[in-house]
Amino acid sequence: MANYSTNEFRSGLKVMLDGDPCSILENEFVKPGKGQAFSRVKLRNLKTSRVLEKTFKSGESLEGADVMDQDMQYLYTDGDFWYFMEPDTFEQHQATENAVGDALQWLSEQDVCMVTLYNGSPLSVMPPNHVEIEIIETDPGLRGDTAQGGSKPAKLVTGAVVKVPLFLDQGDVIKVDTRTGEYQGRVK
Amino acid sequence: MNKWQPGASLNTLRRRAVMLSSIREFFKHRSVLEVDVPVLGRSTVTDLNIDSIAISSDGAQGYLQTSPEYFMKRLLASGSGDIYSMGKAFRDGEIGIKHNPEFTMLEWYRCGWDDHQLMSEVAELMKLLLASEDGTTCDVIKMSYADCFFDSLGFDPHRADLSDLQLLAAKLASESWLDETRANCLDLIFSVQVEPQLPLGVAIIYDYPECQAALAKMGKNSVGQTISRRFEAFFNGVEIANGYLELIDANEQAMRFERDTEARKRLDRPTLGIDQNFLAALNSGIPACAGVAIGLDRLLMGILGVDSIDQVLAFSWVRC
Repeated sequence: MANYSTNEFRSGLKVMLDGDPCSILENEFVKPGKGQAFSRVKLRNLKTSRVLEKTFKSGESLEGADVMDQDMQYLYTDGDFWYFMEPDTFEQHQATENAVGDALQWLSEQDVCMVTLYNGSPLSVMPPNHVEIEIIETDPGLRGDTAQGGSKPAKLVTGAVVKVPLFLDQGDVIKVDTRTGEYQGRVK
Repeated sequence: MNKWQPGASLNTLRRRAVMLSSIREFFKHRSVLEVDVPVLGRSTVTDLNIDSIAISSDGAQGYLQTSPEYFMKRLLASGSGDIYSMGKAFRDGEIGIKHNPEFTMLEWYRCGWDDHQLMSEVAELMKLLLASEDGTTCDVIKMSYADCFFDSLGFDPHRADLSDLQLLAAKLASESWLDETRANCLDLIFSVQVEPQLPLGVAIIYDYPECQAALAKMGKNSVGQTISRRFEAFFNGVEIANGYLELIDANEQAMRFERDTEARKRLDRPTLGIDQNFLAALNSGIPACAGVAIGLDRLLMGILGVDSIDQVLAFSWVRC
């Protein structure tokens, strides 16, 4: 992989830091008037998702990381691995539970997810921003209570638990924003 | 972002115009003469950490000036008396949220004054420019480099061992600081640890370390340590001004130029010809004086409370 110098650090650039692939979030150029220039960089470790801050001298460089984001369709799981397919080539990739991470609770077969590949293998999975999933468990719906503000927990087929309005029932399909885990509406 | 449009709002451009005219009024009142010196010179500074933009005109090498300092000192040597310059300065590669390679610099010199007298005048100008419409203005505090360093970190920067400074810098930044110079380690620690803890308003920090003298005279602080008679001003933790009790000894100046050149060679950086006209001016004698430069774009950012230099310039480099 190519090396990138601090002046090429842009948000989204993938680099290796201490053996882990990281994505650059921010790069601030700092220079005291008479002093040496440096870069204060915020990075996200793509393995742990932790955000870290590092300071580099201007001109220092980091090795690029072989990391690629690709839209893939979720196929199925055999319990050990989760299988994703590239829509153009039909090539399949197996992701570990670790790589699927929090996306697990939102995944329905055929959803198109963004899979981050590191050295060719899935490193992390981003579910679609909005998903439509059936409720399999919640307190009985309060008929007519569509206006008031109350909410109750509802368990979804995929495993997630979200807060929903009181009028919803088991078997209803709802739309959820996976970035916030918030209920967006009932799907007819 | 529409790149053809200005980064500064029309209101900001008006505030900028008001700031410039207030400054001219301030100096007119105090009988300091405005001088208009070149931004294009045949020589430039040798500072290790300041890069000039080289140009050529009709085959002759030239540089956009990184400050009006050398030309102004040649005027001082010619008997100009107190002078100020308000114009553009250029520094290669300085691009960021608080940096633009072309910026507006106010620089002035007071003959017969020392650094502390000049700090008082800087404070007065700041109070004037930062006053709001109802007449309230910002606080100005003044403290020594050693004191504000000690308040943040609990040790004396002038007495600290280089190896301890390197270890701390490496801890705050990365291992590559383990072999850095004292000046660079102190700068890093100051930027990362001390600046964010500076009080709100204007903070004037004086008696910089000996190794960061640049063009300041050396002196002794209250406990007898050798320091440089250099000061800086910060607004809400952002560096806006740098001043000196000026070095006027031509031999000492020539030695510092040599040292810069040696350091540039060691680091494989381009070496630059020394400005002989400037040295000749010092040799002919320049009055004892104190001088300071203020980055006006940064100051305007502070007046308006905005984060990005792009918001106070008609067209920052990304829009040019």
